[in-house]
Amino acid sequence: MGNTGSLIKNIVTQKKYKEKYHWTDYFSYFYLFLGVFLMFGPIIWLGLSSVKTLAGIQEYPPTILPLSQIQVEVDGYEKPLSLYNVTLEDGSTAELAEIKRVGITSKMVDPKDTEKKYKIPIDKREKIREFSVQWDNYLDPLRKYNFLLYFKNSIFVTVIATIITLIINSMAAYALSIYEFRGKNIALVFVIGTLLIPLTIILVPVFYVIANFGMINSLWGVILPGAATPTGVFLLRQYMLTLPRELIEAARMDHASEWAIYWRIVLPLSIPAIAVLAIFSIMWRWNDFLWPLIVLSKSEVYTLQIALNAFHGELTSQWNYVLAMTMVTLLPIALIFTYLQKFITTGIASTGMK
Amino acid sequence: MKNIRINIKNFFIRVFNIPFAFLMHAIDIIMWPIQKIIGVRNMPYIFLLPNLIFFGLFVIVPLGVNVAFSVTGGDELLFANREFSGSKHYNYLFDCENYLNANSCTEDFFWRGVHNTIFFVIFQVGLMIFFSLLTAVILNKKIIGRGFFRSVFFFPVLLSPVVVGLIWQWILLKNGILNAFIEANGGDKFSFLTDPGWAMTSSIFVSIWAHMGFYTLIVLAGLQAIPPNLYEAAEMDGTSRERTFFRITLPLLMPNLLVVFILASIKGVQTFDEIYVLTGGGPGTSTSLVVQYIFTTGFASSGSVQNFGLAAAASMVLGIVLLLLTLIQLYLSRSRENKHQEI
Repeated sequence: MGNTGSLIKNIVTQKKYKEKYHWTDYFSYFYLFLGVFLMFGPIIWLGLSSVKTLAGIQEYPPTILPLSQIQVEVDGYEKPLSLYNVTLEDGSTAELAEIKRVGITSKMVDPKDTEKKYKIPIDKREKIREFSVQWDNYLDPLRKYNFLLYFKNSIFVTVIATIITLIINSMAAYALSIYEFRGKNIALVFVIGTLLIPLTIILVPVFYVIANFGMINSLWGVILPGAATPTGVFLLRQYMLTLPRELIEAARMDHASEWAIYWRIVLPLSIPAIAVLAIFSIMWRWNDFLWPLIVLSKSEVYTLQIALNAFHGELTSQWNYVLAMTMVTLLPIALIFTYLQKFITTGIASTGMK
Repeated sequence: MKNIRINIKNFFIRVFNIPFAFLMHAIDIIMWPIQKIIGVRNMPYIFLLPNLIFFGLFVIVPLGVNVAFSVTGGDELLFANREFSGSKHYNYLFDCENYLNANSCTEDFFWRGVHNTIFFVIFQVGLMIFFSLLTAVILNKKIIGRGFFRSVFFFPVLLSPVVVGLIWQWILLKNGILNAFIEANGGDKFSFLTDPGWAMTSSIFVSIWAHMGFYTLIVLAGLQAIPPNLYEAAEMDGTSRERTFFRITLPLLMPNLLVVFILASIKGVQTFDEIYVLTGGGPGTSTSLVVQYIFTTGFASSGSVQNFGLAAAASMVLGIVLLLLTLIQLYLSRSRENKHQEI
């Protein structure tokens, strides 16, 4: 009877069981919006902060938008002075510029009439702000601190390393997927084995090998050690195994060389897998930090990541430049992500690697 | 998806075709005579060779050289100038009255790193599993704007460790926006990065923030592999959502959670860069982990000499821990497979 009762109640209220909101639904949306705030908030805050003036950045508590205080040139003072809206003792308001702050009072001057000077308690004044975007934060590091060079270095490492990785990994994957030969299993185990040895446990000896090649402080010393990736070989091999063998047999009939079969038939057919590996490789190389940090100690060969870290160490007070350059560093990856998002996520889901 | 694929294909073909074809023809001039001499049967060795040379030079040879470094002393990089010192470095690392108390060890910096790493990994991995499971379950529901929310949670995975470290340092600074927010709501400022306990908490949080999207994706793949008819059957039986979750979702998700557990532990033990940028290992040594010890000892000791031998010995210890973790992974996945076969 109880069931019939609730059934009738449902019919009366025009609601099926399915459509009833469970507490988990409310929680889900709450969690998702909190997530958007937590994941995107920091990036947006970085973007907003990166176009503030140095004074705006050092302000506490900070303003959300890049609102900077108006500065005025006043005759008789070297530096530009900050402008305030002040409530005077007689109740009227005036726009005054601050000369010097002493404790809780401030010495101020009328910018229109430099003879008029005031002593104002600091709670009687308010900053006059205007919305201003400080593009110099971006341009100064590029002009003064060689960031253009670091940007070029990063692009060089990323492009060359990705090309080498794609070529040698696809060659190995081709051999391991199309042919049957003696030692194939040993080679496969060898490749899997290297998956178990991360760079962090062989830092000293790889440094030794690189030093023997004379590649310390050279971008090649950054590029070469990570060029052969077990992930890449497996990703490509898995894909190449699905290619129809008849194509290859047909090409052999036509007297194509093995190399021609590789680059004219197998490579073009594997482009989806190669694209995934290319995106991964670009991401790995652009974001690489620990190894370049060890190999590169001269500033003219710094990559963007190393330069950013070093720059931050030297100029802790110049957060405006640091934040702007952080933005420059993350932008290329963010752009790639917006265009190729699905590629990346399916790639990670299918390999379990990043 | 299809559109993107076609666009990329066109892009690749247009930009790279001419230099690519030129390069490939040039290589063929060398490859053709090689094929004539050694025959088609032996060609796969030629194709494998470049990759294997790289693996050999930068992975296999270093593995042996690492052992050689760890048993020789001196501050020179070349072996001609290094003298054999036996197990000296290992004895030095393990010279401890009480392994639980870093102060009683000769090399206390190393043991602080070990303790910090253990603490870090336990909390980071535990919270990582919890939050990636929670996020994946929510993202798997029929919600409005699912694609958008998925990419939001995944986005930080692509950021470089330096960027992650700097962004969060900027937020967590003493005069940062988080403290301003707390003060505006009547709280007191926290020393998120300069108090030892808080610095560790911040490090764990930032590391989860940066990597959660990756593990969420793995759990999400597992959730999508659960056959929907199981849920339909449960619904017909009037099973509550909580019960459905604990009796269907969670058990079927175990293999994926296991992968998350192992991958997160292996990555967690090797954590270095974000924390290095965020806190620099400080205050003091409160957030310096094992890899930072290796890096500092081998490459960045200011003032004193670079101790390659000690760094190599410490990396051997780290390598053995990673090997153990991998063996556990193999054992667990094997025992699962066996169970499946029995069923």
